[in-house]
Amino acid sequence: MNPENQKVFSLIEKYKNEKRALISILQEIQAEFNYLPQDILRVVAKTLNVPLIDVVGVATFYRAFSLKPRGKHLITVCLGTACHVRGGPKILEEFERQLKIKSGETTSDNQFSLETVACLGCCAIGPVVVVDGNYHAQTNIRKVNLILKKYIKKEKKK
Amino acid sequence: MKTSSKLDFLEKLKHHIDNQIQKRKSIHKPILIVSAGTCGRARGSLKVVDSLRKEAKKENLRDKIEIKITGCHGFCEAEPNIIIQPQNLFYQKVEPRDAKEILTETIINKKIIERLLYFHPASGEKALNEDEIDFYKKQMRIVLGDNALIDPTDINEYFSIGGYSSLLKVLKKMTPEEVIETVKKSGLRGRGGAGFPTGSKWEFARRAKGDKKYIICNADEGDPGAYMDRSLMEGNPHRVLEGMIIAAYAIGADEGYIYIRDEYPLALQHITLAIEQAKEYGLLGKNILGTQFTLDIHIAKGAGAFVCGEETALIASIEGRVGEPRQRPPFPATKGLWGKPTTINNVETWANIPHIIDKGWEWFSKIGTNGSKGTKIFSLVGKINNTGLVEVPMGITLREIIYEIGGGIPKGKEFKAVQTGGPSGGCVPKEMLDLPIDYESLTQAGSIMGSGGMIVMDENTCMVDIAKYFLNFLRDESCGKCLSCREGTQRMWEIVKDITEGKGKEGDLELLETLAKAVKDASLCGLGQTAPNPVLTTLRYFRKEYEAHIREKACPALQCKELIVYYILPEKCVGCLLCLKNCPVNAISGERKKPHFIDQESCIKCGSCLEVCPPKVAAVRRFTGREKEEVIKGAYRERAKS
Repeated sequence: MNPENQKVFSLIEKYKNEKRALISILQEIQAEFNYLPQDILRVVAKTLNVPLIDVVGVATFYRAFSLKPRGKHLITVCLGTACHVRGGPKILEEFERQLKIKSGETTSDNQFSLETVACLGCCAIGPVVVVDGNYHAQTNIRKVNLILKKYIKKEKKK
Repeated sequence: MKTSSKLDFLEKLKHHIDNQIQKRKSIHKPILIVSAGTCGRARGSLKVVDSLRKEAKKENLRDKIEIKITGCHGFCEAEPNIIIQPQNLFYQKVEPRDAKEILTETIINKKIIERLLYFHPASGEKALNEDEIDFYKKQMRIVLGDNALIDPTDINEYFSIGGYSSLLKVLKKMTPEEVIETVKKSGLRGRGGAGFPTGSKWEFARRAKGDKKYIICNADEGDPGAYMDRSLMEGNPHRVLEGMIIAAYAIGADEGYIYIRDEYPLALQHITLAIEQAKEYGLLGKNILGTQFTLDIHIAKGAGAFVCGEETALIASIEGRVGEPRQRPPFPATKGLWGKPTTINNVETWANIPHIIDKGWEWFSKIGTNGSKGTKIFSLVGKINNTGLVEVPMGITLREIIYEIGGGIPKGKEFKAVQTGGPSGGCVPKEMLDLPIDYESLTQAGSIMGSGGMIVMDENTCMVDIAKYFLNFLRDESCGKCLSCREGTQRMWEIVKDITEGKGKEGDLELLETLAKAVKDASLCGLGQTAPNPVLTTLRYFRKEYEAHIREKACPALQCKELIVYYILPEKCVGCLLCLKNCPVNAISGERKKPHFIDQESCIKCGSCLEVCPPKVAAVRRFTGREKEEVIKGAYRERAKS
C-alpha cells in the first residue's frame, strides 16, 4: 500500500471510521496534503462506505476545502463589510493584477494562492490581508507590492 | 439524584473558588494587563509582552510585577493597550520600544507617560483610565468586562472572579425547572439572530420526550463585521462553558457541541483548552462534581459556509453532511442533532446565563426595554472614530452609540447610514439616529438585531454598492436548496451590478422589489427569507441614489468605478510627482513642478493618486455623471492645446 493511503487510513481510524466525522476527516486531509486530492477522496468514500458523490458534495460545498493544489503562500483578502467600506475590493484587485490570477486561483509557479474571506473579525484594522497566517493591518494599494516582495524575497533567500 | 459525595465535591470547589478570589485580592504588586485578542495580536501586542518581559528581567522587576495577557478589551482603535494596576492607568497604542520607559518611569518612578495616554479627539483632554474615556462611559460591560480581568488560558483566573459559582449554585440549590423559570423570567432573548426567548427554548427541549438530548453552542459567527462571539471565546471561554453546563443540567442533556468557525484559530485554541481544564476540575465529564449529572462537550469545526449559522444547517454540518437547512417544524428542540431534542444558543447568549443565575432574574430584567432585556454587544466598525466592541443596555439610541461612544465619523465627514444585522439586516439612515435600539425597533426599521454588527457608513459610501456587496455575498453563500434564494439572489445581484456599472434601466427598481418579495416569501430558511433586506432598506431610504445611478449615470458617493473619473485639477497641482510615482499602471504623466495628467484610458481607478495627494494640495478629484463626461472632454482639449 502506498504511504499516502496509509496516512489516510490512520486518519480515518482516528475517527473510528465514523461517517459523521467526514468534515473533520477532510479537514485533516487538507491540512496534511494542502488540498483534497481526487484519489484520496475515493479512498475516503470507500473506507467510510459512503457514496463518492456525498464526499465530493461536502468537499465542494464548504469554502475551506480546495480540490486543487494550493500555492506555497496563501494570501487571504478580507472582504467583510467593514473592510469593504474601507477599500478591501481595491486591495483584492491589486493582488489580482500583480499576481496575474483571479481570486481562487494559484500562480503558475505555485508560489501564491489568492483567496477571499467574508470576515476575520478584525474590523478595526481593516482592510486586512492575511498571508500564511500573518495579519497585515490597514493595507492600501501601495502596500500590496510591499507584502508580495517580502514573500518573494523570503523564497529567494532559501 | 444525590450521591453521598456530592456535597463534599461542591464544598471542595467552593473552597477552591474562595481561595482563588482571596488570592486575587492579596496581590499587591503592579499588574500590567495587555489586551491581546486576535486584532491586538495583529497589531503587535505579543511583541509588546515580549519586550516588557525582557526589560523586566533587565530591571530586576520580574518578581515585583505581573504581566497578564488577556483577551480583547473591546477598544480596538487603541490597540495594543495596557492597563496598569493598581492605578488602572490606561496606555494606548503601545509599541515594544515603549516597554523600558513604562517599567522605569511608571512602575519604578510612579510617573505617568503622557504620550501613551488617550486624548479626547475633540477636547484634547487626557484620560488617565478607561472610566474617563467616552468610549467606555456609556457602556454597561456585564458580559464583556471580565475579558480585561483574566488570563483566559487559566481556569484559576476564572475562579478568581467567582467563575463557576453560578454552576455551584444551580447544582446545590436549584432544580432544572427552577433554572428554566429563572431564565424565562429574566426575559433573555437569543443574541444570535431572531431573538427567540431563551427560557422557552430550553423549556421545549426539557419537555421533549427522549432519553438523549444535546446542547449546541453556535459559534459560527458568520455575519461580516460582527466579532463579539470571537472576542468572548478568546477572552472568557469558561463563561461560555459555564452557561452551557447550566443549560445542559436544566434541559437534561448529557452531550454538547461547540460549532466554531474555522477562521477563528485563537478562539478555537482557548475554548479547547477551557474544555480540558474544566474536565480536570470535574466540571465536565461523568458525574459532574459528584452528582448524577454527566456532560461531555465536543468541538466541531466549521468549514466556511455562512448558511451553517442557521440551526438546522448547523446540525447537518455537525452530522458530517452538506450544510443545507431543512423545513421547520419539527424544531431542533424536539428533533435536532441525530434526531434528538437539542438546544442551540449562540455564544453571547450562553455567556449571559451565569450572570443571570448569579445576580437573579429581577436584576437582569431591570436592564433594557419592555421586550428586550439585558445588554447587547455591538461591533462598531466601518467609518467610525472609535472602532470596537461596545456593550450597551438595550434601548440606547443609535446616536448615543455612534456619537458618544463611537466618537462620530472620521475626517469630519457626514454620517449616512448604519448597517445592522449582517447580510440579513438592513441600512438605517440618519433620520433614524434617535431610534432606541432593541429587537422590535430594528425590525420595524426594516433591519434586524442579528448578531450585533454595526457598520457605520459616511457620505462616501454608496448605498447601491452596499446592496451589491450583500447580494454578492448572499448569492455566493446561498446553499442552493431553494430556487427562489439560489436564483433570486443571483438575479437581484445582476440587476444591482448593472445599475452600479451605468447599465441600469427604467423599471429595474420595480423589478428588484418584485423579486425581493418572491425571495422573501418562497425561501425555506432565514438566509433566503431575509436576503432581500439590504436591497429593500436601501431602496426604502436611499431610492434617489439608485435613481441617480440609473438616470444620470452618476454615483453621488463617488464610489462606483464605472461611473467616476479621477482627474487632477491643473490649477491646484503643484507637480510633486507623488501620484505619478505611486500610480500602479503608470497612467500619470508630468514633470516636477508642472501639473500632472491622468491618461483616462489606462487609469484603472484604484484611487492611489487620491490617497497620496497631500491634503493641503488636494488636486486629485473624482467626478461623476455629466461632470465626468465634461471633465474627460475638457481635459483632452486642454491637453491637445498644450
